[in-house]
Amino acid sequence: MNVEQVQNTHPELVLAETPVLQVQNFEVTYYTDAGRAKALDDLRFSLKAGEKLGIVGESGSGKSTLALAMMQMIKTPGRIEGGQVYVDGTELMALNAEDMRRSRLQKIAYIPQGAMNSLNPVMRIGAQMVDAVISHVENESKAEIKERCMLALESVDLARGTFKMFPHELSGGMKQRVCIAIGILLQPQVIIADEPTSALDVVTQRQVMETIDRVRKKINAAVILIGHDMGLMAQFVDKVAVMYAGRLVEVSTVRQMFTDPQQPYSRALINCLPNLENKGVFQGIPGLAPSLLRLPGGCAFHPRCALARDICKTSRPEPQSDKSGRSVICHLFDKEAQNEPSS
Amino acid sequence: MSHLLELRNISKVYSRGLISKQSTTALQDFSLTLREDEPSILTVAGESGSGKTTLAMLLLGFIAPTTGQIIYRGKDISTLRGSEKLAFRREVQAVFQDPFAVFNPFYTVDHLLSVPIKKFKLAKSRAEARNKMDEALTAVGLRPEDIIGRFPHQLSGGQRQRINVARALLLKPRLLIADEPVSMVDASLRASILETLRNLQRDHGVSIIYITHDLTTAYHIAKSIIVLYRGAVMETGEVEAVIKHPQHPYTRLLIDSIPWPNLDQRWGEQKIITRESSGAGNGCPFFSRCAQANEQCKNPAPLFSIAPHQAAACFLHSNKPELEAAGISETLPT
Ligand SMILES: Nc1ncnc2c1ncn2[C@@H]1O[C@H](COP(=O)(O)OP(=O)(O)OP(=O)(O)O)[C@@H](O)[C@H]1O
Ligand SMILES: Nc1ncnc2c1ncn2[C@@H]1O[C@H](COP(=O)(O)OP(=O)(O)O)[C@@H](O)[C@H]1O
Ligand code: SF4
Ligand code: SF4
Ligand SMILES: [Mg+2]
Ligand SMILES: [Mg+2]
Repeated sequence: MNVEQVQNTHPELVLAETPVLQVQNFEVTYYTDAGRAKALDDLRFSLKAGEKLGIVGESGSGKSTLALAMMQMIKTPGRIEGGQVYVDGTELMALNAEDMRRSRLQKIAYIPQGAMNSLNPVMRIGAQMVDAVISHVENESKAEIKERCMLALESVDLARGTFKMFPHELSGGMKQRVCIAIGILLQPQVIIADEPTSALDVVTQRQVMETIDRVRKKINAAVILIGHDMGLMAQFVDKVAVMYAGRLVEVSTVRQMFTDPQQPYSRALINCLPNLENKGVFQGIPGLAPSLLRLPGGCAFHPRCALARDICKTSRPEPQSDKSGRSVICHLFDKEAQNEPSS
Repeated sequence: MSHLLELRNISKVYSRGLISKQSTTALQDFSLTLREDEPSILTVAGESGSGKTTLAMLLLGFIAPTTGQIIYRGKDISTLRGSEKLAFRREVQAVFQDPFAVFNPFYTVDHLLSVPIKKFKLAKSRAEARNKMDEALTAVGLRPEDIIGRFPHQLSGGQRQRINVARALLLKPRLLIADEPVSMVDASLRASILETLRNLQRDHGVSIIYITHDLTTAYHIAKSIIVLYRGAVMETGEVEAVIKHPQHPYTRLLIDSIPWPNLDQRWGEQKIITRESSGAGNGCPFFSRCAQANEQCKNPAPLFSIAPHQAAACFLHSNKPELEAAGISETLPT
């Protein structure tokens, strides 16, 4: 078996090494006119090289904020209040603005939500790519930089001719692949893609995801996929993290998540999934997502949780991990009672 | 029997490039009738570039068809003036795909919502206006008190998308054109927004054209479906039949590409044949990507009637009776 085959059949073997990404006690607050909103609350997770993590959660739960904060791209009224983000040993939050600027694309790349719409309509694709990296590669000649861009385009299945085109000459899927190409120009160790395909049709989506996967294997990057589509998660990622009101309430392997979710919110999320057997049944989770300005006390999910007890209203549950590495935030989670993960 | 909306042999051709005059047929000889007395939910599905948004823009009167007519309650929409035009603008509403593009970044949410209230005189007082806003925001799972003073950039993607839906709810239209309204929200919210849309149809008599590439939500919300590819109708009929027993190779590819939230149902057994720039001239538009293509397919494929409520434009069904383009509406149950 070659490395790739091993990776496909036994991801744990290849990935059994120190994490390339470690996020610790990460905290972000938006200081709005209406008050303080803690958008990220004590986030912790890690990823190994080549590993794929999916982050799901209700709209407004803090997924994009996490991505932006990891890139140090949070703007006022938002503020990073604390925590560390290690990429291959470097602590990003400790970097000054200039060093952080250099780390973007080089160590960690971010493909923002709606990226394909943010391409400059009056600038050729090539010029936008060169713009993105020119300050990172001062010792490369023009021709070398151009070649770098061409290779990146090719690795996302776009023709070299795309370099000379304008965004409006490309379809949505092609524009999205351009954004991925820009993301991988400097072969980062971590790639964060924020809903890269939510505006694309299923066929194009499959092509874009296959592209991301191929690129990931090639440069052995860790990938964080932010999204809503649980189907996409099931088909693509190794681990799933569920975000609720700024906390990661469950982080587990994709199999654990889909067959045996432990946290009541993630369980409800799995239960909302559509299939072809229950036509016309819309099973949402009752209640509204909580306001970050006035989070319920105790467990933030308690007003919507069918299993809530008295303790949930008063005491805030902390993350607990079981043997398999699954992490859950819920008073009812019994980390000892877990079975070995079925393999 | 009166018609809410009639599309008569609509085509839309975009030409671009001043010198080389390339042209794209975004929609080709499309006919459709929606009945006024039976509000329904119709899905228009297809990959990006298949002409879905073009259809929405045509229905809204934002762009004019190259040929053909759009008749709204007996009148050609290109001839509407004055109060008739205002009524049309209120009665036909849209929710757009891209929540990042539609909002003026300098307006707060309450301003965005108060504009249509004023324009169409939906409220007599400030308090009534505020009530209406609150109601619409709550219906899409937002908390008015949190959202109302914010600027678009202070909202998440899904929040913006829902404000779009809230705006449409506010106006209680007769026809709602929803272009990918739930692409950026989670499964739970998706379920509740779709339920809101269905209630709008069932309890308030609103007809809905639900434009999507997501066949699972289409299956749940709609009664009937039209599958488009490069501006042409590939398959039409009852949603149940089309999704469970697709008859057109393109519909089959779409269904095979659905990422099911099921670890044992792997994604995409069928390999994607990359699209060439041109197909078989004026033959079947799917020709260059179709594994079953044969010589015959270089001719235009008419719709063949497979069952009373299912038809496919594919020569694999040439033993079935032909259906003319205007016959699409008959295959769509309401
Ligand atoms: N600039 C800002 N000022 C104030 N609040 C903000 C700002 N940006 C985001 N927020 C709020 O922070 C919370 C988290 O937003 P974020 O964009 O991270 O959500 P998300 O999980 O990515 O949602 P979606 O899935 O809808 O994109 C939301 O309640 C949002 O309204
Ligand atoms: N304003 C325009 N100018 C030129 N071509 C356009 C324009 N709008 C759409 N098109 C082309 O028309 C076709 C259909 O586009 P569209 O209706 O947006 O499809 P969909 O919504 O299904 O993705 C595509 O080939 C697209 O590139
Ligand atoms: S801590 Fe209590 S309220 Fe929170 S998820 Fe667990 S059971 Fe539900
Ligand atoms: S008409 Fe021919 S090319 Fe077109 S879908 Fe049918 S078999 Fe394929
Ligand atoms: Mg987001
Ligand atoms: Mg579109």
